[in-house]
Amino acid sequence: MKNNKSMNRLLSVIGVVFYTLLLSGCQNDDSVFTAATYPNNPDVFLDSFSGGLNYAAFSGTVPTAFQVDKKVTYNNTAQSMRFDVPNAGDRLGTYAGGAFFTHVGRDLTQYDALTFWVKATEAATIGAIGFGVDLGENKFQAGFSDLKVGTTWQKVIIPIPNPAALKNEKGLFYVSAGNQSGNGYSFWVDEVQFEKLGTIAHPQPSILNGENQNKFGFVGINTNVSNLQVLFNMPWGENKGVNVTPHYFTFISSKPEVASVDTKGVATIVGQGTTTITAKLGDITAKGSLTLTGTGVFVPAPTPNRAASRVISIFSDGYTNVPVEYYNGYWAPYQTTQSADFKINNDNVLNYTAFNFVGIQFANPVINASAMTHFHADIFIPGTLAAGATFKIQLVDFGADGVFGGGNDKNHTTTYTAPTLGGNRWISIDIPFSVMTGLTSRTSLAQIVFEGTNISNFYADNIYFYN
Amino acid sequence: MHSTFKTTNTMRNFRYTSIYWGLTGILFFFLTSGCDLKEGQNLPERNWSLTWSDEFDGQAGALPNAQKWAFDIGRGDNGWGNSELQYYTNRPQNAALDGNGNLVITAIKENFGGASYTSARLKTKDIFTQKYGRFEARIQTPYGQGIWPAFWMLGDNIETATWPLCGEIDVMEQRGQEPSVLNGSLHGPGFSGANPLTGKYVLKNSRFDTGFHVYAVEWFEDRIDFFVDDLLYHRITKKDIPANGQWVYDHPFFMILNVAVGGNYVGAPNTGTNFPQKMIIDYVKVYQEM
Repeated sequence: MKNNKSMNRLLSVIGVVFYTLLLSGCQNDDSVFTAATYPNNPDVFLDSFSGGLNYAAFSGTVPTAFQVDKKVTYNNTAQSMRFDVPNAGDRLGTYAGGAFFTHVGRDLTQYDALTFWVKATEAATIGAIGFGVDLGENKFQAGFSDLKVGTTWQKVIIPIPNPAALKNEKGLFYVSAGNQSGNGYSFWVDEVQFEKLGTIAHPQPSILNGENQNKFGFVGINTNVSNLQVLFNMPWGENKGVNVTPHYFTFISSKPEVASVDTKGVATIVGQGTTTITAKLGDITAKGSLTLTGTGVFVPAPTPNRAASRVISIFSDGYTNVPVEYYNGYWAPYQTTQSADFKINNDNVLNYTAFNFVGIQFANPVINASAMTHFHADIFIPGTLAAGATFKIQLVDFGADGVFGGGNDKNHTTTYTAPTLGGNRWISIDIPFSVMTGLTSRTSLAQIVFEGTNISNFYADNIYFYN
Repeated sequence: MHSTFKTTNTMRNFRYTSIYWGLTGILFFFLTSGCDLKEGQNLPERNWSLTWSDEFDGQAGALPNAQKWAFDIGRGDNGWGNSELQYYTNRPQNAALDGNGNLVITAIKENFGGASYTSARLKTKDIFTQKYGRFEARIQTPYGQGIWPAFWMLGDNIETATWPLCGEIDVMEQRGQEPSVLNGSLHGPGFSGANPLTGKYVLKNSRFDTGFHVYAVEWFEDRIDFFVDDLLYHRITKKDIPANGQWVYDHPFFMILNVAVGGNYVGAPNTGTNFPQKMIIDYVKVYQEM
């Protein structure tokens, strides 16, 4: 046994040869060989560009921000990648970054992470870094946002959310970095490669930040299932989140007759009823869901037919609207009203939820409605009208100073109750200025305020002045 | 359930331990055995006869067999001597059969009895003890910062000969923040607490919490061998006991299965630690050499 070590070395050398042969013999069969269409080369940038790798700078970056560096490299290898982040105000570009991609895709299904080493001239935060940007659809983009880097080399591991998806991946690496409080800096990236680490575990996918959300809508309403993430338990036992695209997930609608959902996670209401949209990453059900209640076919507000020359429009697809600062002022602290505006069949509709009061403001510039004779609005209160429901419309004129207050504002409030009000139908409201006794001026109109009692939710459309 | 068990590996080069096997052992095993997943080590043949076992068969939600296991309850003195953070209960939430032939010990983040976590600690104390032999369990361990799963043994004289004089054999001990690392240790007079005799094994390209592994010790008069998946990764002989120490492994020991939360060995969990955490035990078997 005295030559134990040297014999082991010899065995190792022989072993490598046999290992390769035997491993292939054990794990592959003919069908696997024929299916392997794309190269499985894991290298991205070790000492230079790997075969077929191209670089394209992102638009708006300094085009020369990326350089191959021979002086500063990880572990004294031949070359590294250097990125020079510009100072704020650099005439050549506002940030550094680009995509490293191939024209022929790679089969990355056997790996579980993209890894690389990184260091910077100062402690810095790299805005976005990962893989899957192929300058096409970027279907399988995945990566970290706000990666903190230091001045010594550190290894970064970006788990592949679902390796089975990367059968033909062209986007091998991307990075995007801006200045630190206005100051530019440089960072190096080296030994960029895909690896099978085997030490990344427990993927925990989530949609909608892991929340169970509810939404009501008409047939045709689209809802995007967003905020997708996969947490992985890293080799050091800590969870780390990877931002992912919808293409990694499979989306499921529990009742497709109520809402469909496509591969991009866009759910479309197609009928009445309630369905729950969930997602899976491989076999793992993602945390979070979207429960959609289809409230039926939307009946649009009556199409306005007044001549445009006789209308000053605040909100209507039938006319060109004047500049409006906001359709919901979120006036603190007493307003509860939220906005859930929607667009259906190219018709934009204002939707106020949790309604108590809400203001629309158009003071920049104010509207001179002296040539107009009426105010018009269409409102729709879904469901059965609650007992005691009132709906008030206040018009506000800011006066000659054109600003709120100042002692010269004029306003008038008109109150509606049943039977003018009713549920589940469009109510067309026309108010002649002649009866708005408090509104003694309408040369500086600037606000419309809706206020309600026992009305939690309503739609509004075609808000305009006319003669 | 088979009543005898034979380990046929012959001993060769085991002193190269994990690093050695990590570099060349894998190559060696393919070279010698091809596709057959056989152990590359060759140890002298041992013939084992089963003396005690629990396969954890039973209805889902049932407590483990009271004829085989007792519970430690509460927070212990100073967190069971280690500043551990959990309250041990005997509720099925913390320890129960899963109906698929496993015992599941679950560490939960919840306020209970003044603690912020609950878990379970099962022991065969006063039920089953044995001197020497092979003690093994097939376990999938939990993970995450501050999680401390263990399969271990204490001398049955612990009431009279206080720790560490009673002796402690840690068959398996892991830190949740090191999911690829296994530790097997002996505590005794002169080598206890933070300074036990420890063997460490690092799983290459894998982790212990993603599948079942068989953890075992083979305990003889003159040595204790530590195994994972029938790979001998550490041996402690009487000669390895430090000069000021004492070999205290010639009397019967009882077994313990537990998942601790926090404590000196692992530190506290953090916001990134997922709860609940489960240790799944397929079986525990004890053998005596024939």
